[in-house]
Amino acid sequence: MSTKRTVDVAIGTSGLDEQGRPRRAPLTVNEGGTVTTLEPPPALEDALELEGEHMLINIGPQHPATHGVLRLVLELDGETVVRCIPHIGYLHCGFEKIGEYRQYNQVIPWTDREDYLNSIGNNVAFALGAERLFGIEITPRCTVLRVIAMELSRIISHLVWLGTTCIDIGAFTPFLWAFEQRERVYELLERWVGARLTTSATRVGGMAADIPAGWMDQLQHFIKTFPKTVDEIDRVLTTNGIWVGRTVGLGVMSADEAVNYGLSGPMLRASGVAFDVRRDFPYLDYETYDFEVPVGTHGDVYDRYLVRMEELRQSTRILAQAAARLPEGPVNSDDHRVVLPPKSKAMSDMESMIHHFKQVMEGPRPPLGESYVAVESPKGEKGYYMVSDGTAKPVRWRIRPPSFLNLSAIGKMVEGHMLSDVIAINASIDIVMGEIDR
Amino acid sequence: MSASWSVVLPGSAAPDAPAPATPKHVPNRGGAANPSADALRARFQGGVTRVEVIWGETTVYVDRTRLFDIVQWLHDDPSQRYDYLSDVTAVEYRDPEQPIEVVWHLRSLPYRRFLRVKVELPRDGKTPLEVASVWSVYKGADWLERECYDMFGIRFVGHPDLRRILMWEQYHEGFPLRKDFPLRGRFSRAEQLRQALAANPEARYSMEELTVAQAFEDLPEAMRARLKSGERTGE
Repeated sequence: MSTKRTVDVAIGTSGLDEQGRPRRAPLTVNEGGTVTTLEPPPALEDALELEGEHMLINIGPQHPATHGVLRLVLELDGETVVRCIPHIGYLHCGFEKIGEYRQYNQVIPWTDREDYLNSIGNNVAFALGAERLFGIEITPRCTVLRVIAMELSRIISHLVWLGTTCIDIGAFTPFLWAFEQRERVYELLERWVGARLTTSATRVGGMAADIPAGWMDQLQHFIKTFPKTVDEIDRVLTTNGIWVGRTVGLGVMSADEAVNYGLSGPMLRASGVAFDVRRDFPYLDYETYDFEVPVGTHGDVYDRYLVRMEELRQSTRILAQAAARLPEGPVNSDDHRVVLPPKSKAMSDMESMIHHFKQVMEGPRPPLGESYVAVESPKGEKGYYMVSDGTAKPVRWRIRPPSFLNLSAIGKMVEGHMLSDVIAINASIDIVMGEIDR
Repeated sequence: MSASWSVVLPGSAAPDAPAPATPKHVPNRGGAANPSADALRARFQGGVTRVEVIWGETTVYVDRTRLFDIVQWLHDDPSQRYDYLSDVTAVEYRDPEQPIEVVWHLRSLPYRRFLRVKVELPRDGKTPLEVASVWSVYKGADWLERECYDMFGIRFVGHPDLRRILMWEQYHEGFPLRKDFPLRGRFSRAEQLRQALAANPEARYSMEELTVAQAFEDLPEAMRARLKSGERTGE
């Protein structure tokens, strides 16, 4: 597949002067004003053979552009990457091991800390997995609240991705705009569950708390005003000469490769595979929401940017639909094998007191079995695989980390590109090392 | 732009199938099995030891020696097309009599199917902790299998580069997710600290890195001698 593509670029922005001549970005101008990126770098064997040895360069683990403690060892021929050896594990905390020593509800705080940009989404995902393992159904209100939680967390994660990637590539303003909006989402979460980053918002069978009075108005205000910021960032970046020059044609993955490498989320969709867990293996009644699954056409960094921008808009759409349909009623399931009975009943009703005692002293026990529940996290297919042997603690709690698999393809993606493009490609993967190393 | 570009639509191979929906009121055992389970039984007979449906998810237990053929068939056969490898992991039960299970989670995007394939490795002292690597079918298995080896010590035969991934290469304490591995690690805190302080940072570079691009020649004399003598750790 050719990496050459044509993108419309605004004339007179920071990358191009009024005549459409590129200032710095590697662009050529066609007749009629469209702008094309330069040919991709020639294949290594065709390149002019120069005297000199390959150089080994180390990026990370303490380097801001690696978004955490990722270490890349690059073998360079001049400035061209010949080989990339990623090293991970610097943040390994043994979450899966710890989970085997905790009851199901006690595992939820650990899910905050793996993909910490999507903590409330992980809470929901874990609760969904545990609920399938326990065989309980959640209430309609809880279902809709969880959809709101997941989409808010997708917005947070994509905004952080957008802001940090802009900084990596050299644009500072969108970073400020993105983080301003992110702050508003965090305010919403803080009012709801009392925490910003480590939310621990769900419980098996329900949520930690119902939304407070007036929260929906705040959410409605956010839904109404947030798309304006997306449009502004879109206007600043999408046709910006420098942005286009630094993202187009980089790190291309074809659809077949992307599927074979196990990529998921925006990485996979940018390669033209319309796989979205929300649509193809739905959970939380996502099939009843009206939203589009954006796909890219070239599978490069620019497409991943476009896909994530569109997902921000689609998330807002889903939020609006969820806010409109939020039903009244209880949040927590009334299955007292798993959910604590209300305190007033535990003190006055014999049966409730027994349930309360059993749950507090022994913990809820799922039947023998196993479940794999995958959700569409902002990074991709996030799955929790839990195995129960009938005791109150899981035998195995496995996180299927989307950015782990997305990152595993970096060697393939950066091959043949320039050293400076490694930063852009690495940024486009949207990695969170907490999730990769677990 | 290449002419061959087209959007891959999940579910395209089964256009008449009902639209996917959120599973509700799933029974613990039983229910409709994934049709691939019957197809596997018909094709591989003895290679499939049993099929279970738990919480609506189909698990196919397969013979250790037939695993690779089965996965490759699932990937290649036009009636299956399991083109997406979600996960490779292992399960060790608290009961030491129960076999260790290696688990593959496969998705067929064209048919929108999900299948769990399991291999049981009985702990009878005769069966090695080894299964075939599916790396040649799914490139995504590379890191997943490395992690499974790192955490459980299961060897994936045919993997091109099976070394530790989350733990460092000189990690001596064993395989952390095994049940005989204590939560706090095998060594005392004092011993762990002593080892960390005594560690040689040079030793963190793997042999592979040192041999690319003739970097080996640029190493200090003493380190080269150590590596030449076959010592990999420096500790």
